[in-house]
Amino acid sequence: MIPALIVFGYLAVIIYVGVFAWRGQHGSRGAALPEEYFLAGRSLGPAVFLLSLFGTNMTAFTILGSAGHAFANGIVTFGLMASSSALVIPLTLFFIGTRLWALGKRHGFITPVQMFRDRWECGHIGTLIFAVQAALLVPYIIIGVMGGGTALRAISGGLVPYWFGGAVVALVVMSYVFFGGMRGTALVNAFQTVLFLSFGAVALVVIGRGLGGFGAAMESLLASPSTAPLLTRERVSPLFFLSYTFIPLSTIAFPHIAIFCLTARRLVHFKRTVLFYPLCILAIWLPCVFLGVAANAMSDTPRIAAKLEARQQLGAAPALMSAEDRAALRRQAAGDDVVPIMLEQFAPVWLAGLLGAGIMAAVMASDSQILALSTMFAEDVFAFYGGTGRFGAGVQVQTGRAFVVVLTLAAYAIALGAPQSIFDLAVQYAFSGYAALSPLLVAALFWRRSTKWGALAVALWVIVAVIYTARVPGALAWLGLMPVVPMTLVSCALMVGVSLLTRAPSPATLARYGW
Amino acid sequence: MARLVWFVLILSLYLLHQDLWLWRQARPLVFGFLPVGLAYHAAYCVAVTALMWMLTRMAWPAELDEPAPHVPSAAAPEAAAAVRRGPPR
Repeated sequence: MIPALIVFGYLAVIIYVGVFAWRGQHGSRGAALPEEYFLAGRSLGPAVFLLSLFGTNMTAFTILGSAGHAFANGIVTFGLMASSSALVIPLTLFFIGTRLWALGKRHGFITPVQMFRDRWECGHIGTLIFAVQAALLVPYIIIGVMGGGTALRAISGGLVPYWFGGAVVALVVMSYVFFGGMRGTALVNAFQTVLFLSFGAVALVVIGRGLGGFGAAMESLLASPSTAPLLTRERVSPLFFLSYTFIPLSTIAFPHIAIFCLTARRLVHFKRTVLFYPLCILAIWLPCVFLGVAANAMSDTPRIAAKLEARQQLGAAPALMSAEDRAALRRQAAGDDVVPIMLEQFAPVWLAGLLGAGIMAAVMASDSQILALSTMFAEDVFAFYGGTGRFGAGVQVQTGRAFVVVLTLAAYAIALGAPQSIFDLAVQYAFSGYAALSPLLVAALFWRRSTKWGALAVALWVIVAVIYTARVPGALAWLGLMPVVPMTLVSCALMVGVSLLTRAPSPATLARYGW
Repeated sequence: MARLVWFVLILSLYLLHQDLWLWRQARPLVFGFLPVGLAYHAAYCVAVTALMWMLTRMAWPAELDEPAPHVPSAAAPEAAAAVRRGPPR
């Protein structure tokens, strides 16, 4: 229960940090109310910008899921997800994020859809893009609430029930997003990133000592034919590995990341972000992946031995085994809790509490997504269709706040009833969907000949492709590549082909974008 | 020319991510415990940092920080109206 108490203490600190941001919000910086609430007045400094941008991109998968994936699949996890992101994400921030920032500063954009509408001289097509972005974002928010309930239940050893843990997380996130807006969210995310970064190194040292040295653990894995492949990538096809490099393209297309790019006080703040982003990924992912692999050496620990046994049974499973039995074995073999198990075995209580706080931090990454959806609704729907003109900017901000409450409560209600597996799947498709939307940003910023009809074609394609791949197993998995590759390439082709067949925006509009 | 050089550099680093020559081997264990494939990708992250350092030093888009020349939005009334105030009528 002590780790749970540490976690509750952490949640109290988070509320204070987030709500503290509310105190300086009401026009004190001379910025219009919507810009202050939704974009922190475009005034985030370099350290907060880096840490919050990185933190907002980290989820429960970063600490728990990566270790669980590595437990089952080995070192390939790092190359698949971490080092590819270390290259692609900073490059997209460098080339796309900076330009988005400059346009936001120059023209007052608060969301990417505003930029699309201006760039391509469109209205309702922008609304469609908003709808696609929003639909792909919703599963993340629900996963966040679910993860909070699951994490608190696990950390407390079952004393805190799922419904109560989920409610606590929903309430905490809703509070600091409601009051603090972007400034509160950014400060909380920065704090959480510091927590992640601290946890990884400490956990590695403590668990390493407990295992009697990682060298011995690795040698024991190499000595067994069943575990030796975990230390190579022989079980994964190079084409599959290559296609995973398309997934990080989704990051810049996530609306909460694109909106975050608009919050920097100065362009030069991007420098530190792109420079340190790969090192932050290294600092968090390497310990988690390595610990996940090393957990395979803990066959003396009953809970891990049970997972290894279940994995072995799955591997030798007879063809006649029922689907339910396979599903039960998969659940037993799942390794998302190996890091908590290792800490429970080797770490002092305070470190287990720190892990719990780190997990909660990761789980509550949905704060940025909730705020992004609220911002998008307030700007791309409410303001665009006349709400601000009729009721004023103050009402627009209150509408955004009300949306935060409604969205969080709806996510909590769904989280109580629906099975998590659905949303785990939805998140996977969302990654591909956002990656396939990234050509919109590239075309808007770098290709003068792109048109609104090309953008419409991309948006419609993404809707069709996401639904198709969700409903038809193996769909679009051409030549051993993941569906994200053909989805993104078809998006590019549609943007180019349809744009060339349709009328370009006016010379005056193009001149505003430097052409 | 400079753009071509950067393109080749970035593409090369992207291709180096596909370390086929280390695909099936775990040894040597770097520092006595890191499988070589994992150590390679850890070093890869450091190499990416070096690339980003070069980009920020030599290819920083400083022109984005300069105010843009004013272009009257009256010449494109639909575009200006579409951004914040609603769909064109």
